[in-house]
Amino acid sequence: MELLVAAAIGILTTVGIYLILRAHTFPVILGLTFLSYAVNVFLFAMGRLAIDRPPVISPDAAGYTDPLPQALVLTAIVISFGMTALIVVLALRGYLETGSDHSTLDVPRRTDAGGGA
Amino acid sequence: MTAPLDHMTILPVILPAMAAAFLVLALRHHLKRQRIVSIGVTLLLVGIAAFLLAQASDGTVRAYRLGDWPAPYGITLVLDRLSATLLLLTALLALCVVVYAAGGVDGRGRHFHPLFQFQLMGINGAFLTGDVFNLFVFFEVMLIASYGLMLHGGGPGRLKAGFQYVAINLLASVVFLVGVGLIYAVTGTLNMADLAVKVPQVAEADAGLLKAGALLLFLVFATKAALVPLHWWLPATYAGTSAPAAALVMIMTKVGAYAIIRIYGLVFGAGAGPLALAAAPFVVPAALVTLVVGAIGLVGSRTLRDLSAFAVIASMGTLLVAIGLFDAPGLSAGLYYLVHSTLAGAALFLIAGLVQEQRGAASDRLVPAPAMAGETLLGGLFFLAAVALVGLPPLSGFLGKVMILEATQAATIWPWIWGSSSPRASS
Repeated sequence: MELLVAAAIGILTTVGIYLILRAHTFPVILGLTFLSYAVNVFLFAMGRLAIDRPPVISPDAAGYTDPLPQALVLTAIVISFGMTALIVVLALRGYLETGSDHSTLDVPRRTDAGGGA
Repeated sequence: MTAPLDHMTILPVILPAMAAAFLVLALRHHLKRQRIVSIGVTLLLVGIAAFLLAQASDGTVRAYRLGDWPAPYGITLVLDRLSATLLLLTALLALCVVVYAAGGVDGRGRHFHPLFQFQLMGINGAFLTGDVFNLFVFFEVMLIASYGLMLHGGGPGRLKAGFQYVAINLLASVVFLVGVGLIYAVTGTLNMADLAVKVPQVAEADAGLLKAGALLLFLVFATKAALVPLHWWLPATYAGTSAPAAALVMIMTKVGAYAIIRIYGLVFGAGAGPLALAAAPFVVPAALVTLVVGAIGLVGSRTLRDLSAFAVIASMGTLLVAIGLFDAPGLSAGLYYLVHSTLAGAALFLIAGLVQEQRGAASDRLVPAPAMAGETLLGGLFFLAAVALVGLPPLSGFLGKVMILEATQAATIWPWIWGSSSPRASS
């Protein structure tokens, strides 16, 4: 199980980083989403992997799994969901207003009429 | 039980949050009333922060337990002289910014004041929190409000710069979470005071893992503090946004510096056993490069905004040189300089905004244009702010620089620090 989870996190991270390095907004957003999936699974695994253990106190439990990482992951999911929604809107507005989905600052900056600093 | 006055500690977080909700729900179509409430709340924050600073000035560290849950299980807020000073600095800066914005900038888009209050909540929370995960949460609150503020008023250039800003910060958040996960996996706690106890006791086999976590966090704070090579988002972002937003967002670079002091001074400080001063080998060299890059950018910039942005980068370099020494004289010099450079930098941004408004088509480019109204006053103010930021004698920047240079005498690398400070002075 450890190998499987570790490999899944690794692959998600790889895909995420590859996509983030592209110069268009949509792949970058997808890459960020993949990365946040990877980090969610990673955080979850930080409480150690255990099967069939309750996270809350119960009289007939043999052992417990750590509830704190689960709470952290919940918070992280909510935050990354909100942020992803925001960046999608931002990318869409940027595309509609400038007609390009490049993530670089290719909007010509105010041209100089001469004279430097 | 805590005495009623102790509950004041939570007010800098709660008050702006309530004010923002009230502004959105009750006053969303009344710009004038929004201004009154927003300025009133910010004034109140100045008062509260001054009271907290007076309370903390006896030197004791006050921990406020939310919901009275015992530490390390509950969430704590920590009030000491450092956090109280920064709260007061934030409140004073916010007051200047909100009064400036009430002059008309806030009417160019919607919801300026609610976003502004949410941002204050995030900044105050980040200064007060005593828990690494809550630091992450308050970072996110602060960031999501800053995205809104930054884009306030719109425009294609602003959208493009905004996308980069949001993307780099989302990436930083992911790295933050990985770092937090690693630290939790090794130590089993995220409370900063508890971490300071547990980090020195970490088994040798786990030390590498913990160090990886600590340095990942450093990467995040360095991004926030605009340390070279993670500084490139800053000029584009600041140049694209409105003047009050840029002035307020500037305190966010200070939040990065504050987090470096807290985490690497307290948790991974000199007493942390095998992990003592984990980030120290990186801070000063990166800060020196930052200083030089900032100075070069300053000379090469073609607009007032770019000039102000690179001045901020250079001042972050100076600040982190002092902090990176991780000793008492360095830290005290750094903190003095932090207060000074925040106020001087914000003044520079606000004055650049005023100049830009006056010049019409020439905007803030450094080219000759027809004389504007009140040129003597504006020019004089700009000159004062620039002199303060560069650190010429009559103003406070000079003292800060002298203190930093004196603090570096004990360090073995002082020739490097003195050498890279000289191009800054000549700019």
